[in-house]
Amino acid sequence: MVTIEKSERLKILKTYKLYIGGEFPRTESGRYFSLKDADGNQIANVCSGSRKDFRNAMVVARTAFGKWSKRTAYNRSQIVYRIAEMLEARKNQFTDELTIQGVDKVKAEREVHEAIDLLIYYAGWADKYQQLFSSVNPVAASYFNFSLPEPTGVVSIIAPEENSLLGLVAMIAPVITGGNACVILASESKPLCAVTFGEVLNSSDVPGGVVNILTGSRKELLPQFSTHMDVNAVFYGAGIPEELKEIQMNAALNVKRVADSNVMHSGTGKEMQDPYLIMNFQETKTIWHPIGI
Amino acid sequence: MKYQLDKHPIDQVGVEERVARFNSRSIKKQSKVQAIKLAISMLDLTTLEGKDSAGKVRQICAKAVRPWEGMEDVPSVAAVCVYPNHVKTAKRALGDSGVKVASVATAFPSGNSTLKIKLEDTRFAVNEGADEIDMVISRGRFLCGEYDFVFDEIAAVKEACGEAHLKVILETGELDSYQNIRLASDIAMDAGADFIKTSTGKIEPAATLPVTLVMLEAIRDYFYRTGKMIGMKPAGGIRKEKEALQYLVMVKETLGEAWLSPHYFRFGASTLANDLLMQLQKEATGYYQSLDYFSID
Repeated sequence: MVTIEKSERLKILKTYKLYIGGEFPRTESGRYFSLKDADGNQIANVCSGSRKDFRNAMVVARTAFGKWSKRTAYNRSQIVYRIAEMLEARKNQFTDELTIQGVDKVKAEREVHEAIDLLIYYAGWADKYQQLFSSVNPVAASYFNFSLPEPTGVVSIIAPEENSLLGLVAMIAPVITGGNACVILASESKPLCAVTFGEVLNSSDVPGGVVNILTGSRKELLPQFSTHMDVNAVFYGAGIPEELKEIQMNAALNVKRVADSNVMHSGTGKEMQDPYLIMNFQETKTIWHPIGI
Repeated sequence: MKYQLDKHPIDQVGVEERVARFNSRSIKKQSKVQAIKLAISMLDLTTLEGKDSAGKVRQICAKAVRPWEGMEDVPSVAAVCVYPNHVKTAKRALGDSGVKVASVATAFPSGNSTLKIKLEDTRFAVNEGADEIDMVISRGRFLCGEYDFVFDEIAAVKEACGEAHLKVILETGELDSYQNIRLASDIAMDAGADFIKTSTGKIEPAATLPVTLVMLEAIRDYFYRTGKMIGMKPAGGIRKEKEALQYLVMVKETLGEAWLSPHYFRFGASTLANDLLMQLQKEATGYYQSLDYFSID
């Protein structure tokens, strides 16, 4: 008689891919690196994105920027709020992912909560920053003169190594709240949450291409993120002075904006709440409107 | 001559697999720069909009002569392609630069009009100074099987062209099958076409690689039969440098190097020009480029 032993259920490992233009492609280079936990067990294979992935992401980001920047502020607010809702619904998954990447359980939970709260915070700003940062300017001529902020375009973002979820969200939120599109390089050592966050974005009414997420080597991709002529601004959050210097020198090529923030890799969610981060990626338009004396 | 649809059966799977092979060729560095420059010199810079104005025509003429100020030794394009009423403006703007003026004619883009009007349209464009005429065939009649009608029409337009070169637009997007495309190519060449051209650009799909391959093979067979070299012009839908290079590979491997010249191969395009220039600049500087620094077409 044949006995069939009940075998243990096979492990199903998730495939972590890139997030470009609302889709989840593998890197065109076909390269990947293995991610291991503290005990040396393999957690996942992660795409090692290439410059061509970045170029492709830039093309879709540029296209997406046009429509996204023309959405009403109110609608952008709704969508950023929706991201928070979706994140809330999947917070256990994010907590688990942070934990297997070595973050303490209590800290991981706090990080996820802070990330959600941060999105709510920026959702509130979407239809307010423009009125608050606009001005009517006194001029000595017969003009009504006023200035208002408008989104700069496509922003490339270098996310921090630590705070791999919170820092990522804290850098994306002010950029897209202000009507920009972006391409992000996720944390190299803790990339899992970034890819899963792409799934959250994909189910939150964020149009494809507004946010694009790459994983891979920072050293390799930093020059691409800062030299590409179609990037309007670089947002650096990894906190390494030499890298920042390299970015600033590359950005001089076509005078990109460079913003850096030191709270992203070590700060708390509270410290990341800052409307001036929205303003870092805005251009000021001033209008001279003729009037009678 | 009696035309029959099944005279040259086309192996659809074969055509598509052959095209897939062309797409795997890797052209890098110096050869890429050379290929891009060749592609620029083969451009028929096109503006065929209802909203075309004299200013718009002058602008693309300026771009045709000197595609980009940012770099030395970028060649002029082959021709500017406009509606007949803009030929004079284009001719004047191009002067003695050597860039040709091509004009669409014969009730472009539908071709639904009488032969009399089509011939007048053609003569008008030629009298205004057009060097090349892009005519459309009567697709409706072709699909009804009235091949002789199509042949006679092309022959009549060819006569009206006089010295001007004639490009015959098959509008492959409306011809439904490779077999039809092959037959239409044969009819056009027999009736006196100097070039055969895929599309008007007003119908999707416009130019595709498989369709172009079928037409190139018709050109090859015609050359073997008569010794006469006919030109090819894919038009519409080619927007990226990478696609353009795939076309060049296909021409070289199907017809040979003799056809790799603006005399025998053209791209009908407008947005392609900026992508070619951007890739050229990318090769020169190493940095990916932005449309912010190139002209708005």
